[in-house]
This record gives sequence, C-alpha cells and structure tokens, in this order.
Amino acid sequence: MTAESREMTVQAPAAWIRLVTDLAVPVLAVFTALAIGAVVIWAAKANVVVAYRGLLEGAFGSVRNLTETLVITTPYTLAGLAVALGFRCGLFNIGVEGQFYMGALCSVFVAYAAKGLPVYVHLPLALLTGALGGAMWGAIPGFLKAKLGAHEVINTIMLNYIAVKTVDYLVKNPMLDAAATMPRTPYIQPSAMLPKLLPPYRLHAGLLIAIVAIFVVYWLLWKTTLGFEIRTVGANPDAAKYAGMSVTRNFVLAMVLSGALAGLAGTGEVLGLNHNLPAMFISGYGFDSIAIALMAKSHPFGILPAAFLWAALRNGAGLMQLRAGISIDLVNIVQALVIVFIAADEIIRWLYRIKRRKEEIREIVFTRGWGR
Amino acid sequence: MTLALEMHGICKAFPGVQANDHIDFQLEKGEIHALLGENGAGKTTLVNILYGLYRPDEGRILLNGQEIKINEPRDAITHGIGMVHQHFMLIPVFTVAENIMLGTEITRNGLLDRTNAARRIRDFSHEFGLDVDPDAYISDLSVGIQQRVEIVKALYREADILILDEPTAVLTPQEANELFSIMRSLSAQGKSIIFITHKLKEVFAVADRITVLRDGHVIGTTTPREATRSKLATMMVGREVLLTVEKGPPKLGDVVLRIKDLKVKDDRLYMAVDGVNLEVRAGEILGVAGVQGNGQTELVEAITGLRRSVDGRIEILGRETTNASPRQVIESGVAHVPENRQKHGLVLSYPLVDNLVLCSYYRPPFAHGMVMDNEAIDDYGRRLIAEFDIRTPSEYALAGTLSGGNRQKLIVAREFSRASKLVIAAQPTRGLDVGSIEFIHQRLVEQRDAGCGILLVSVELDEILSLSDRIAVLYKGKNIETLPAAEATPEHLGLLMAGIREEKAS
Repeated sequence: MTAESREMTVQAPAAWIRLVTDLAVPVLAVFTALAIGAVVIWAAKANVVVAYRGLLEGAFGSVRNLTETLVITTPYTLAGLAVALGFRCGLFNIGVEGQFYMGALCSVFVAYAAKGLPVYVHLPLALLTGALGGAMWGAIPGFLKAKLGAHEVINTIMLNYIAVKTVDYLVKNPMLDAAATMPRTPYIQPSAMLPKLLPPYRLHAGLLIAIVAIFVVYWLLWKTTLGFEIRTVGANPDAAKYAGMSVTRNFVLAMVLSGALAGLAGTGEVLGLNHNLPAMFISGYGFDSIAIALMAKSHPFGILPAAFLWAALRNGAGLMQLRAGISIDLVNIVQALVIVFIAADEIIRWLYRIKRRKEEIREIVFTRGWGR
Repeated sequence: MTLALEMHGICKAFPGVQANDHIDFQLEKGEIHALLGENGAGKTTLVNILYGLYRPDEGRILLNGQEIKINEPRDAITHGIGMVHQHFMLIPVFTVAENIMLGTEITRNGLLDRTNAARRIRDFSHEFGLDVDPDAYISDLSVGIQQRVEIVKALYREADILILDEPTAVLTPQEANELFSIMRSLSAQGKSIIFITHKLKEVFAVADRITVLRDGHVIGTTTPREATRSKLATMMVGREVLLTVEKGPPKLGDVVLRIKDLKVKDDRLYMAVDGVNLEVRAGEILGVAGVQGNGQTELVEAITGLRRSVDGRIEILGRETTNASPRQVIESGVAHVPENRQKHGLVLSYPLVDNLVLCSYYRPPFAHGMVMDNEAIDDYGRRLIAEFDIRTPSEYALAGTLSGGNRQKLIVAREFSRASKLVIAAQPTRGLDVGSIEFIHQRLVEQRDAGCGILLVSVELDEILSLSDRIAVLYKGKNIETLPAAEATPEHLGLLMAGIREEKAS
C-alpha cells in the first residue's frame, strides 16, 4: 500500500508549520550526527566536551575564526548553488570541481595579464571571464548529453581530470611566474582584486556575490520562464516535451548556468583570497558542494545555511584536533552522518516521530539513472 | 443465508475529509458483493480498514457473528481475509511459487524446498481452477496472470473472504471476463468476495448484491435484478447522470486535420502506423477504434510532434506539420489530451496553477518577456478550477494529490481553455468514474459544437459509438475502414477491430 494510492484530500497546513517541519529534519540530522560523533570521540578515549568546545571555538570563537568560516562559506555557497541548479533540471553535475578550476584559470589570466584597466572595468571583466570559463566547461557535458545522450555523470567526472591537468600544465608552463619558488601564476593586478570586507581579516566581497547569486538563482528558477522550463524538465521530462519545451536545450542551459556558478566559486578564490593560481590548487569544494546541495534539498535558500555548516565544521576541526587530540577526520564522520541522515530521512523521521505530510511528494530528482 | 462478515457504524476521518461516516456493510457467505462508488467515495478506505491497513475511529467488525479486532494485515490474514490490491504486491524477479509461499516458506532441513513447494502450489491452484505455472517468473507474466497469482496467494493463506480492489482497472476486456468467471467459480466454492469497482457494466456482469457508497455514506444496497444502470448511476453521483451523450447533427466545416499515407515506427522500430489516411473536419468527432496496440499511441504522438514519422504527410489547418515540434503543433491550434496522464499530461510535483499553464506559460498574460506573472497565473488557475469543478483543497495543492478524475479534469481544463481548432483526445476517460466520464464527454461535444475538429482515440467501444460522428478502425497500423457512426454496430466494429472486413466474409 503506497501513500499515493490512498486517495484522500488533505488540507494544506499553514505556512509556518510547513517551515518548521521542513527545517526539523535537517536540524535533527545535524544534532544526531553530532551525538554519534560524541560517541566516537568517547570511544577514542578523548574528552567530548573539550573536543566540541574546540570545534565551536574554532568555527565561531573569535572574529578571526568567524570570518574564516565565512571565507570558506563563500565558495561552498556558489558551488552548492551550481549543483542544486543541475539537480533542479534532473542533472547530476559532478563536474563542479572541474568547472571551479576552469573558472579560476580564466579569471586569473584576465586578472594578471590585463594591465592598466580601471577597477570598475577590470574586476567585472575578471569575474565574467571566470563565470564564462566554468560555463564553457559545463556546456561540454551538456551538449554531449543533449546531442549524443551521453550521461553527464561520466562526462563531468572525466572533464574534472582534464581540467586539473590543463590547469597544472598551463600554470607550470606558459602562465608560470618565473620569480616564484613554487609553481604558480603571477599575482593579479590590484584592479582585479575583490575588496576585503573587514580588513585585516581575509573575508572578501565574494561572500556578497554568493548571497546575490542565491537570490538570482531563486528568481531565475521560480520567477522566469527559463526556470519554469528547467524545473519542468527536471520534474518530468516527458511532460516538458509534451508541453513544447525543448528538453535538450534545457539540459545545455542548466549545465551552462551550473558551470557558470561553479566557475564563479573558483573565481572568488582567486580574486578575493589567493590573488594567484598555484599549480597545486586542490579545493575539494566541488565534491563537498554535492553534499551541500543535498542537504539544502536543492533549494537556493537552503544553500547558505548548509554551506555555513560545512564551512564551520571544516574550519573548527583544526582547533578541535589541537585541544582534544582528536583527528580532524572526525569532522568527516560527522559530515558523512549528516548526509546519510538527510538522504535517508526516514531514519530521522522514525527517531523523532516526525510524520511525513500526506500531500508530500518526493520532489527532488537527484539523477535519472543511466541511459536516455 | 448466513453472514460471513458484518461491519457496523464504521467511521474514519482524514484531515479535512470524513472518508467513512457510520458505514454498515454485510457480506453473506458465498456471495459476490460489489462496492460501487465514485473515486473518493470511501470504498478503498472501508476495505483498508477491514484488511487492517487503517484503524477505524469508530465501529465494530463481526466475523461469523464474533466481534474481532483487526490491527494490522496479519490479523486480517489469520481471520481468513485476503486482499488483492490494485497495485500488485509481487516481487518481479521471484517465481510464482516463491511469491506465493513468501512468509510461509516450505523448507526441508532449513533450506527452501522448491520442488515440493511448486508441486503443492500447482495442485492447490488447480483445485480452484486457477492454473498458474509455479516456476514462471512474475516479470514474464501478463498483468491478468499476475492478478491470478495474487488471488492464489490470498487463497493459499486460507482466505474465505476475498477483497478485490478495482481488479479490472488494469485488465483488458478479455482478461476482465476471465476474472469474472474465476470470481463466479470461487463463490460457488463458498468463498465470499468483496468487489470494488466504479464501472456499472461490471456489477451487472458479476455481482450478487451491490452496495453503493457516496461521500463516505452507504446510499443503499440492491441487487442487479432490481437495479438499473441509470438508477445506480444516480445513487453513485447523487443526481441524474446522462449515460448517453446528447448531441445534434454535426455542422461540418473545413478540414482541420489531414493525414496521408502516414508511417510511424514504435520504440522497437516496428512499423506501428503503416500507411494511415484520415481527415477530420471542423465540427465533427472522428472516433478511432481499435484494440490497444494497433498503432493508436504512435499515430497520436506523430500528429502532436512527440514522435517522428518515417513517411507520409500531416496537415493541420491546411499547413504541413509533418515532424513539426510539439510547440509548433500546439501553436498551430491543437489541444492534446494525452493517453498517459501522469507521464505526459501533468507534472505531479507541481501545484495545480502551474499545471494549468504548462503549455502557455511563456505567453502574455502569464509572462512578460522572460518574467512570469504569478498573479495572472494564479488568477487564471482559480478561474479554471471553478469553471471545470476540479475538487481540490487549494489551487496550490500538488497535482499528484488529486484523484484520477480530477487529474483528467485538470488536463481537460488546460487544453480546452486554449483557443484551438483541433482536439486530439486519447483515451480521455480511461479509469474514470461515471460522473467524470459524463463531464468529459459533455466537454468534448461542446468543443465539437463550438467548431473544433476532434480526433477521439479510445479502446472503449461504447465511448466511440456514443460520441463519434464518423468512426475509423485501426488494425495493425492500418486504417482498415472509415464509416459513418450511424452505420456502425458493436458487432460490425468488433469484427473490424479483429481485422475481418465484411466484403471478405461475403
């Protein structure tokens, strides 16, 4: 007996109840993951209170720590939005990591090579080039899927490797700063740098871009015909085709937009933080962003808190290790548990006796499997 | 007659709806008792209570005069109550025998004893005249046989009372007839059967008694001998229902759809439509009859742009649209009620209002440039929901929460509210209850009288006969005959649908 076959009408609950129940599962998932994490700490014969106080202080304990958490939140937010936008079109963009690199590569080139431009030209130009670099890298699997039916998961994974190796080659050869001891590109022009928000802390204007991006993505998905098409293709490609939408065009479009957001994430790191592109530019942001989109249930407004949580865990882990002698890998365990509890939310619903709303339909389409 | 089962004063409320309101129901030993009612009348809720899937808020259940408590399906099974659900509960990669013994496995030395199990199930099913091959895999069986396996499974668990929840919804007419003879032979062997349906024809075909439910109440209990079709329909819907469609003679206009030598391949690359020629004029309904799978689906998909044709020509309103995109077809003035509602017709995870603009979201007043006007969309949605009487708690409810009849009304509301000159309606009333069928039929005739050309594709012969002005019969992808509806009889059409033309016979 499935829920769908029980035919009945149900009154829609008030908006605030809906919000509370929507938030209950992720919040309880984090809580439960931390509780299990505590058991792991205890089993490792360390002090749970010391460890978690370290984690908290490391993430929020001082202005420096808090701004550092926000520094990490910035790329997480943009990359999470990239994955979420793909999900909304029924696409599993695992290539955010590669698109992130390509965005960083394109923006750093414009940012150091173009000289003598005023800030209001140079900075937007560098940002735009970075977004375009990611968009281009996202367009490739989009086209391959639309024209040849090649699955985006495989192609985005492959393109990740190509992006890493391309960046590695370019940075070590034509773009190498000969004066540097480590292989990296030259420093970018001051006119292309994202301004710091709270000097001397490293927090930069990329955070504002990320926040604006959240609203832009929300507006795009829910207030424009473009977004209506993307969401329809994601929710039911057959109905989209029936309604006269081009499914293939939307696949490409969604991948381009997703890639642009990922590229912007990489761009922010270069223009706001590093001010150059080292050859060993391993971020891991691309893969974590899948978890962030998953936790946010692919909703733009969920991305920021999810990204903030991930950033806090990542940033606080160092002090936790120092204080309690617990490996920072514990944070990975907690993160993994959060994902398990969000993905298999029945566990949380069962633990805390949260009923699923009767009219609730599993809305998110993570991936449509192989083929087509 | 002795009573096998009594249900007294059963009440069950769900948020916002009283699904069962003091329902009394009596089942005699060895009878086939039809529970008749529209979708949402409370039939399924009642039997789900009996089978332990829901707990009643109030009421008592008596089995053979003894009060019993049924808290979960296991209790129902121990009391000899078996249920065959609308959606089968079989494991496709298991064999028939494995599915049937699931939960009561036959073992030897702790291992499954497949040979013994297969033999026992073969003997057992033979005893009831329900021959099934115990070694066949479920996924290889037709839907009709799978249903038979479900029945054997229930009997194997020693069910004396069998609940069949809309068993014919998934069956072809031939399979339904087979099911009816199985039901009769089971009742002759003393099994009592509760048969849920909303199809009038079926209660007259098989039931001994009929209980009609409406809005959670028992409206009455009668027998097929006392009842008439129109009386039952009135009981179900609560008002007079037009079982036949009233329509005047067609006022023919220009040709709105012309199909010449059309050839279309299906997914397996067989020629599903193999040289069809058709013409639909404004103001007429052309019915396309035929047994399911004779090219109807592919024909409709080719006309609406969802599938490419390999040869031939399609003209809509005098303009060639062969292999045009769905958007071009829609914009040339075609309304399409698709055969597969969930797959093509609706986005189930979207609210009603969004589904109502699924084909016109990009045009004013719903969008200006690329910015959508949600207020205009909501207003339009509210208007259509009222106009087409779509039963929903809110215009923002998700389409997936609607009943089948209301889902179809939603599609019809969307398609018939666009200015169109050609309506393609594929199986427009499949699975719907009497009230909804009447509604859809009236709307189709309205469209015709408003000057639309209508291509009605249906496997229901009654529907074709009562609505069409002309009838084309598809057989193996060919339009073997087109005849005026006045000259058609069910017998004649039946022969044509089997590929037999009278010229050949004479």
